This record gives sequence, C-alpha cells and structure tokens, in this order.
Amino acid sequence: MPDSEIAVQHNLKHHFADLEQQRETSTFGMWLFLVTEIMFFGGMFATYLIYRLSYYNAWVAGSQTMEIQLGAINTAVLICSSLTMVLAVHFAKLGNRKLTTLCLILTLVLGLSFLGIKGVEYHGHWVHHEVPGLNFHFEHEGNYDPRQVMIFFSLYFAMTGMHAVHMIIGAGLLTWLLIANGRGRFTPEYNTPVEMVGLYWHFVDLVWIYLFPLLYLISHHHNG
Amino acid sequence: METAIQTTEPKKNYLNAEYGVMSWLLTTDHKRIALLYLGSITAFFFLGGFFAMLIRLELLTPAGDLVLSDTYNKLFTMHGVVMIFLFLIPSVPAVFGNFLVPMMIGAKDLAFPKLNLASWYIFIIGAGFILYAIVTGGLDTGWTFYTPYSTTYSNSNVVAAALGVFITGFSSIFTGLNIMVTVHRMRAPGLTWRRLPLFIWAHYATSVIMVLGTPVLAITIVLVALERLFHFGIFDARLGGDPLLFQHLFWFYSHPAVYIMILPTMGVMSEVIACFSRKRPFGYDFIAMSSVAIAVLGFLVWAHHMYVAGISTYAAMIFSLLTFFVAIPSAVKVFNWTATLYKGSITFETPMLYAFAFIGLFTIGGLTGVFLGAVGIDLHVTDTYFVVAHFHYVMVGGAVTGFMCALHFWWPKMTGKMYPEAFAKLSAVLVFVGFNLTFFPQFLLGYMGMPRRYHAYPPEFQVLNVLSTAGASILAVGFLMPMIYFAWSLRYGKDAGPNPYNAAGLEWQTSSPPTTFNFEETPVVTSEAYNYDEIDGTTQKGVEVAG
Amino acid sequence: MSEHAHPTVKTFIAVWAALLVLTALTVFVATLDLGPFNAIVALTIATVKALLVMLFFMELRYSTALTKVAVISAVFFLFLLVGLTLSDYLTRGWSAYFNPFR
Repeated sequence: MPDSEIAVQHNLKHHFADLEQQRETSTFGMWLFLVTEIMFFGGMFATYLIYRLSYYNAWVAGSQTMEIQLGAINTAVLICSSLTMVLAVHFAKLGNRKLTTLCLILTLVLGLSFLGIKGVEYHGHWVHHEVPGLNFHFEHEGNYDPRQVMIFFSLYFAMTGMHAVHMIIGAGLLTWLLIANGRGRFTPEYNTPVEMVGLYWHFVDLVWIYLFPLLYLISHHHNG
Repeated sequence: METAIQTTEPKKNYLNAEYGVMSWLLTTDHKRIALLYLGSITAFFFLGGFFAMLIRLELLTPAGDLVLSDTYNKLFTMHGVVMIFLFLIPSVPAVFGNFLVPMMIGAKDLAFPKLNLASWYIFIIGAGFILYAIVTGGLDTGWTFYTPYSTTYSNSNVVAAALGVFITGFSSIFTGLNIMVTVHRMRAPGLTWRRLPLFIWAHYATSVIMVLGTPVLAITIVLVALERLFHFGIFDARLGGDPLLFQHLFWFYSHPAVYIMILPTMGVMSEVIACFSRKRPFGYDFIAMSSVAIAVLGFLVWAHHMYVAGISTYAAMIFSLLTFFVAIPSAVKVFNWTATLYKGSITFETPMLYAFAFIGLFTIGGLTGVFLGAVGIDLHVTDTYFVVAHFHYVMVGGAVTGFMCALHFWWPKMTGKMYPEAFAKLSAVLVFVGFNLTFFPQFLLGYMGMPRRYHAYPPEFQVLNVLSTAGASILAVGFLMPMIYFAWSLRYGKDAGPNPYNAAGLEWQTSSPPTTFNFEETPVVTSEAYNYDEIDGTTQKGVEVAG
Repeated sequence: MSEHAHPTVKTFIAVWAALLVLTALTVFVATLDLGPFNAIVALTIATVKALLVMLFFMELRYSTALTKVAVISAVFFLFLLVGLTLSDYLTRGWSAYFNPFR
C-alpha cells in the first residue's frame, strides 16, 4: 500500500526515504534496546543462578514464604495484559480508534493491578520481617544459613523491584499512547509507537515469566 | 570527478545554519552533537590529567609526603573514573562516530537523532553525578569498585559515583544502538557491507560490545549501590556473599570495555594509513572480520583480571588460553596495516605521524597484555606498575593517540580550517617522547616489584619515578599545544576545502564544513572503498549523485 | 503498511489460552516432588511460554533474520556469562591433587 500524502507529510522524518524504512528502523532499534534489557536483567538472573547452586537450602526456605497464589494471579494478570496489548496494536493497524483506546486502557488497568498486587506482597514481606537492611529477621524450618536467606530476599527485592520499575515506565508509556491516540495520531499507515510500546510491554511480561518459577516455585512441595 | 558537488564553500553549513545557544542545546544534527561531545570530553580529559599530575607529583619522592594515603587513593580513583568513563569510552565513537558514520554511508543523519541528543544529555547528567562525588569528598575505591570495600567499608561517595557511572553507561548504550541500526538500515544504494570503510566496520563492532556489555555493568553497579544502602550482603563475605561474584560481573563488561576504547581508533588507523600511503588497506576482509572477532572474543576473557583474586586455577587456565586467542585479531590488523604501508606512496602529515606512533605503541601495549595473560607471569607482576604501564600503552599510546590522529585528520572536515602543520607535528613528537618517557620506566618499575596504587615506595625506585614524572610534564605540553593551535585555526587557519588530503570516502565528497543534511541527493555508490587508484589516476569515477 | 504476515486475533487468543494453561501447569508441577527435575520442568515451561510470547505476541516469527540473530545473540552471551562464571565456581573445590579426569 503506497503511503498517503498526509501520512508522509505528518510522520516521515527527513532522514528516511519512506515510511517503510522508518518503521523497519524503529522496530530493529526497539529490539536492540530489548537486547540490552535482556543483558541488564540477565546480570541479576546470573547472580541468582550462581547463588542458588551453592545456597539451595536457603533458596528453598525463602521461596516457601512466597505467596504462590498472588504470584500466580499476577502471572495471569500480565498474560492477559499482553493479550490486550497485542489487540491494541491490532486495532491501531486497522484504524479503529475506539477499540484501540479500550485495549490500551485494559492493558493499563491490568498493569496497575499487577503493581497493586505486588504492593500487597511487599507489605506482607514487611510485616513478616523479610526486608533486608530494614527489618530482616527470618525464622522458618529447614537446614539453612540465615545470612544466605537474606541474600535470597535481597535478590528477590532487587529483581522484582527492577521489574516493577519497568512496569511503571510501561504504564507511563501506555498513558502517553492513550493521549496520542485520543488526538487521532495513529492511522493504519502510521502506528509504529503503539507497536513499539507493545514490544516493550511484552518484554516486561517475559521477565516475569521467568521470575515467577525461579522465585516462587523452587520447592513449593516440601516433605516436612 | 563527474559530480555536481560545488568546489567553493556554500555559505550555509551546519555550523552557521542556526545561531544561538538553544540551537546547539536542542539540536538533533549528528554533527553538532559530535561537537557537544568533543567539548565535554576534552574538558574531562584535562580534569583526568589534573589528577594524573597530582599522582606523578606525589611519586617524585619515595615518601608519601605530598598527600595523605587516603587522598592518594582518591586521586588514582578519580583519575581512572574520569579518564575511562568520561573520556575514553565516549571519545572516538561519540565524537567521530557521531560525526562521520552517517556521512560515510551517505545518510542524512543517524537513525534516531533525538536519541542521539538524549545520549549527550544522559552523559552530562552522569558526569554531573561523578563531579558531585569528586567535589563532595571524592571516591577512594579504585575505578574498579571492588567489594566489600565499596559496599561496606569505604567512607567516600560511592553511591553518587556509582549512579554517575550507571547513567553514563546508558549514554554509551544508546550511542551504540544508534550506530548499529544506522549501519544496518541507512546505507546508500550500492553500499554493500564489503564496500564499507573499515572505520564503519570498527564502529559497528564497537557498538555490538556497547549494546551487549554495558547493561551488565549497569546492573552490577546498581547492586553495589543497593548493597551499600541496604546492607544486602550479595558481595560481602561477612554476610554470606562472594566478593568474587562482583568481580566476575564487573569484568564481564570492563574487559570488553577496553575493546570499546581501542576498536574505533583501529578504524581510524585503517582510514589514515590508507590515505597517506595512497593505497587500499591490505587484506580488507581480514581487517573487517578481525573487528568482529575482537568484539566476540573480547567477551570470553574477563577473568584474566582475577587470576590472583581467588578463582579456581582451572578457570584461570581456561581464561588464559582464551586471552591468547583474543590477541590474534589485533595482530592481524597490525600486520595488515604494515602491509598497506609496503610499496605505498607514504607522506608524513600529522595524522600519519600519530598513526605510526599508534602502530608501535599499541604493539608494545598489546604484547605486554599477552605476557600478563600468562598466569605464571601475572602472578609476579599483577598489581604492580607493569600492569599500569601495559594499560597506559594501549589506552594512551593506542586510544588517545588514535583520538589525536582522528582529530587532526577530520578537523578540516569538521571546521573547514587547516591547523598549522609545523606546530601539530611538533606536538605529535612531544606526545610520543613524553609518553614513552612516562610509561616505559613503569614497565621496569613493575618488573622490579613496585606495587600500584601506593603513594610511597622504597627509595631504590626513585630514579625511574622521577623519569616518569619528567615524561609526564612533556606529555602534558604535547596535549596542551593542540588546544592552542586548534583554537587558533578556527580564526586564522587556512580554508581547508572539501578534501585537503585527497582522501577516499563519502565524507570527503561534502563541503568542509558540511551542510546540515550532508547530501542534497543520496549518493549512489558504484566503486569499491579506498579507490585511491582511481582518485590518483586521470579519470575519477568514484561517486555518482542520484539525480 | 508492512509486507509480512500478521497473526490473526484467533491466533492471539489461542496463544493467550495456552499461556494461562501453562501457568496453571507449572504451579501444579511445583507441588509434586520430582527431585532435580522440578527445576528443569519449571524452566522448560517458562521457556515455552517465553517463546510463545516472542514468536506470536512480539511477532518474532515474522521478523527479519537480523532481529532473530540479535535476540539469539543476547541469549548466547548471557549463557557465556553464566557458563564461564560457573567454570570458576564449579571447579573451586578441585585441588592440584585431585584429578577430575580419573
């Protein structure tokens, strides 16, 4: 489909030959940014994995205090938000402003719900004295070194905290998309920002897909 | 040349297209952003040099009599942090990469111009945190932030400095991202990968390192800051953690970081040596592939910084073997540059003087790196001045020399003015003499056992230290002179014209200084790179302007 | 408009349903005692979920080879970080007198 004059006039940046090159460039650029995010979170995953090998009992003890139902619900919430995000992109490409807005709002609401549930969890950790550096005092059955459990919780807060920061940024990006969409900014010919925010949002979901089993499901059965 | 390029300077170029401070602070022109970086990193270079001067003054005498030992710790830390994060890492990519990459591939700008400007602002904000750390008491952990000293015991401004390093890291990431996407997506028609200037190959490989490695430093330094604030214990043995894990994560970036510092200058060398030998670089494919090889292999060797830290002997052996491998692509480049010189028509303009200096000094630095890669040798000379001499040979004799080479080669393009050749040659000679006098004695000092990061030393080491300090004064003069004559050239320098060196490359097909959008029409490339035979011949069929 | 194919809404819903089912599965498996296989199964399920998100929601299946290479490279270098670091941790217990090849 050739670019319409108006689409080109409003959206084509001067250093690109056509909207197609611009879109492909943006997509590759966003994927490269996600590559840096993989390495960024990867450093923490590497730290987690190395300590898990040496401090397995402490990891089990820490994981068993996680509220698995909240974690599972949050996983489902994020998966649903990924669906609504993908639908938002789909409707933006079709030029359906109303449905795009609806899907963006649903994604935002689900994302904020995730953060709310996380807040409830964090509060629970605070109440149970599981926050390193602030009020850490851990008592749980098992044969472990308590200092190592504190490291588990340090990594738990660092990893889920960094994930939450990225969700908050994502919420900001969704808000910006809602405003722009409300102004009629996105058309079937130009909807790259929606697609790009979608990629970012799915990546944040990806990180959680790995965080959930690693932090919550280490050994949720236990034989005494 | 059968193109429509004007031979007289057009009135409007990127420097005078708009006036006013805001036109610079809000610019998205990659060339103006390159100059913003040039100004900032030059200031930081002299700040780092100031710390170096205090270090060398202290080391004139064996006794620690100029500054307290704690202060000395801060001096070498700030020297390292400023020189590495605020000068070397950005230097060639952020100045010359930004300026030249779009022009060399026939594009009007980088892929993401606003991100480019954001990169500079992020750099300045990060530098601000580091400067804040300096003025409010300094940092004394060494630029390497080793734990648990940095997380638990140091009384200096670790969190501010760590934040500063974290933020400048993102500047680096975004610059690398921009360059990578630009090279993949915005090459002019006809510009295949094997027709790209080797400068582009080098910057592409550097960008791969920036994108893959820097985020790991970012997360590591965040963990250090969090540990310091909340006493986590991830890197503190007293709390069950492992300080070596910090070192693994830190060096996973910081070793590839040294390739970020040297690869772009290797790209510069290929351009300059080709131009002043009037020859295509020998073994173009090998030089291009060696850049990629350095980028990949550079990620496999980091624990050679940790041989004596407590890692397993078996891991040390693995990393030692990998370290020997990473030297090979660098050697390939040195051989190819030398072969380029063979039977070339060599002239000795200032950039070529710096290029010769680079080849010699980088070879010495690189070879001593291989010595250090051997575990048996490293056990004796690690943490001595041998290591200090090694990395200054590659970083100053290599990277800084390469930066000066690039500055002299492309100054006419960036400003439209020629610098005074005689003064430039003199300062190049002063830099070479001063550098060797400063750092060669340090190889001897280290071999004889003088430890690094000590503000006092046994009296038998004094003679070599005095020689080193004397060399540093000469080196300082050699670096100060360009400040003067480059400034002078802006006002009084001869007009350079589009191509004062008759060099190959699309950037030389524009005016000096270039117009804001570089090319009015996107060029179509029909010949191979480095077509010096065509340029120096009677017919010139390099570039056709699409019309 | 881009030239490549897009997944349909039906595909998106199918992927979404699969993701939810896999989540329930991984929670269930975690309640069983499979010894060392608990971790393997959990990570395998997580990887399948991740692939579903990447290939369909992020349309990696329809992206350029360059994009795929970029993602694979990131994962590869992460494996390098973990793997080579482990080469230190796993061999620290060995001593000069212990021959691991015996």
